[in-house]
Amino acid sequence: MKPVETILADVASGAAPDVIADDATLEPAERKPWRRALRKLWRRRGAMVGLAFVVFFVLLAVLAPYVSPQDPLATSWSAVRKGPTAAHWFGTDEIGRDVLSRVIWGARASLLAGLVSVAISLAVGVPLGLFAGYVGRWPDALISRLTDALLACPFLILAIALAAFLGPSLTNAMIAIGVAATPIFIRLTRAQVLAVKVEDYVEAARAVGNSHLRIALRHVLPNVLPPIIVQGTLAIAAAVIAEASLSFLGLGQQPPAPSWGSMLNTAKNYVENAPWMAVWPGLSIFLLVLSFNLLGDGLRDALDPRQI
Amino acid sequence: MMLRYLLHRLALIVPTLLFVSMLIFGLQQLLPGDPALILAGEERDPQVIAYLHEKMHSDQPLPVRYLYWLDGVVHGDLGESLRIQKSVLELIEEKLPVTLQLAVMAMLIALVIGVTAGIVSAVKKDSIWDYAANVFALWGLSTPNFWLGIMLILLISVNLGWLPASGYVSPFEDLGANLKSMIMPAFVLGNAIAAVLMRHTRSAMLQVLNTDYVRTARAKGLDEKVVVLKHALRNALIPIVTLGALQFGELFSGAVLTEQVFTIPGFGKLIVDAVFNRDYAVVQGVVLFTATAYVTLNLLADLAYFLINPRMRG
Repeated sequence: MKPVETILADVASGAAPDVIADDATLEPAERKPWRRALRKLWRRRGAMVGLAFVVFFVLLAVLAPYVSPQDPLATSWSAVRKGPTAAHWFGTDEIGRDVLSRVIWGARASLLAGLVSVAISLAVGVPLGLFAGYVGRWPDALISRLTDALLACPFLILAIALAAFLGPSLTNAMIAIGVAATPIFIRLTRAQVLAVKVEDYVEAARAVGNSHLRIALRHVLPNVLPPIIVQGTLAIAAAVIAEASLSFLGLGQQPPAPSWGSMLNTAKNYVENAPWMAVWPGLSIFLLVLSFNLLGDGLRDALDPRQI
Repeated sequence: MMLRYLLHRLALIVPTLLFVSMLIFGLQQLLPGDPALILAGEERDPQVIAYLHEKMHSDQPLPVRYLYWLDGVVHGDLGESLRIQKSVLELIEEKLPVTLQLAVMAMLIALVIGVTAGIVSAVKKDSIWDYAANVFALWGLSTPNFWLGIMLILLISVNLGWLPASGYVSPFEDLGANLKSMIMPAFVLGNAIAAVLMRHTRSAMLQVLNTDYVRTARAKGLDEKVVVLKHALRNALIPIVTLGALQFGELFSGAVLTEQVFTIPGFGKLIVDAVFNRDYAVVQGVVLFTATAYVTLNLLADLAYFLINPRMRG
């Protein structure tokens, strides 16, 4: 690059300086941080493998009625605890139901729980965090203490307690997980807002007379989103495990509806004679959670402002 | 300065615990209909219902009922298990040592595996060892511990016959049998914590390995082992130790599932059994106790960080 004096001389003489020319040569896509982040994500092999598996499980859940080889609820007393065969690739369970079909339908409960509970956490946590961080003073103190109180209860124990008092069902498990995960989003959003609200562009928006609501929604919120997206992806992984845990304990999806957690709950009683009953649902939870973790890690790197 | 910091932290704990108590008291309000009817169980003995109405001060407005409940809690009355006819505090005292043993063993396993893997991964950055340690961390974070427990029972107990699949023996009865029954659940419980500790140790070590004093130690010609273990690890351990204390909350959560898989009569099994017996006072008591323990550990972790980090004291 040319020295500053030369650039100033160029500007004085009307010639375009190199710094401007350098920037002008960039592709339009390169100037947009979001596109650059997506490009970075695309280049991360782990994140792409994670994304591919997530898409696979989503398709499996959506197309369950078409791809499931058998009715997941149909029992067969002549095929009780049969090992993998051509008719039943993953074997059968203690009342002769096809394990593969139940694993495919179980993907619905897991994904639904993961997405809905994180949606609940985001819907409650982000506005509260934004409000606390932006307004400050006593609302901030109040929301922060409430967040501390929720964070003081270990995640799963709080979810178990909520599910116990609400009553065992998949819907209540999703509410319980969503509520238990909310304080993380409140705290994360608040911390980001505290950092962003002192930036020059927020000051400028205030100086030109924008309302507080407009500043918070148009100028602050978009700039605090990247870490929230990363946390949201990782929270889906945690929610999938939490739903499986609650179902394993009998507090989530109720039998005979299939869910990976409740399948494992039954399978633990037959681990000596029918290990396949435990292998497949557990492997499915592992793969889905791993996929979201890989995708979350990739997003963290891609959205890291120090690297964009 | 230390006293001021301590007072500030204690001042923050009081409102937090107050909110925790409100939250836990509020759980009861989620029950549909008259809580006394539900708490009385299926028998619905009129005497029990009348006793519960009196104990819960049902004729009083909600804030007054909360204050009565809080007064009981402050005086050590966490309620009574209607199923077992014992006070909740007594039940907690009975079950807690079992879970504490499990948690301490799990933490030791997690520290050994996690910190070792983290050091190796940082020292041999971008090598096959680093790659393997990162794969291990991802595995640990993605494996549901109850599934890992079932798979280990299948492999180690059913196929190899090395360890018992379930059950618990008190260490005061037979220490050998106790360790045999606890080692597998402790490994299962420690697995995910090891992954978290590995990631933090790696990043803390990478930061420390790039500092001037480590470069100086190397320039002096010190053995690499001494540089890594004496100069770097000692400083990297500060955040790891405090993080380890915070992971005890995770251990309590994980213990619920692990104790269920291995049929260990601990704190976790107490809450699950209470849920299924609709013994709501026990559920409330366990959550309150866990939250208080977690907040206290959080405070101790902060204080430990304050004490062992000279920069914060300065």
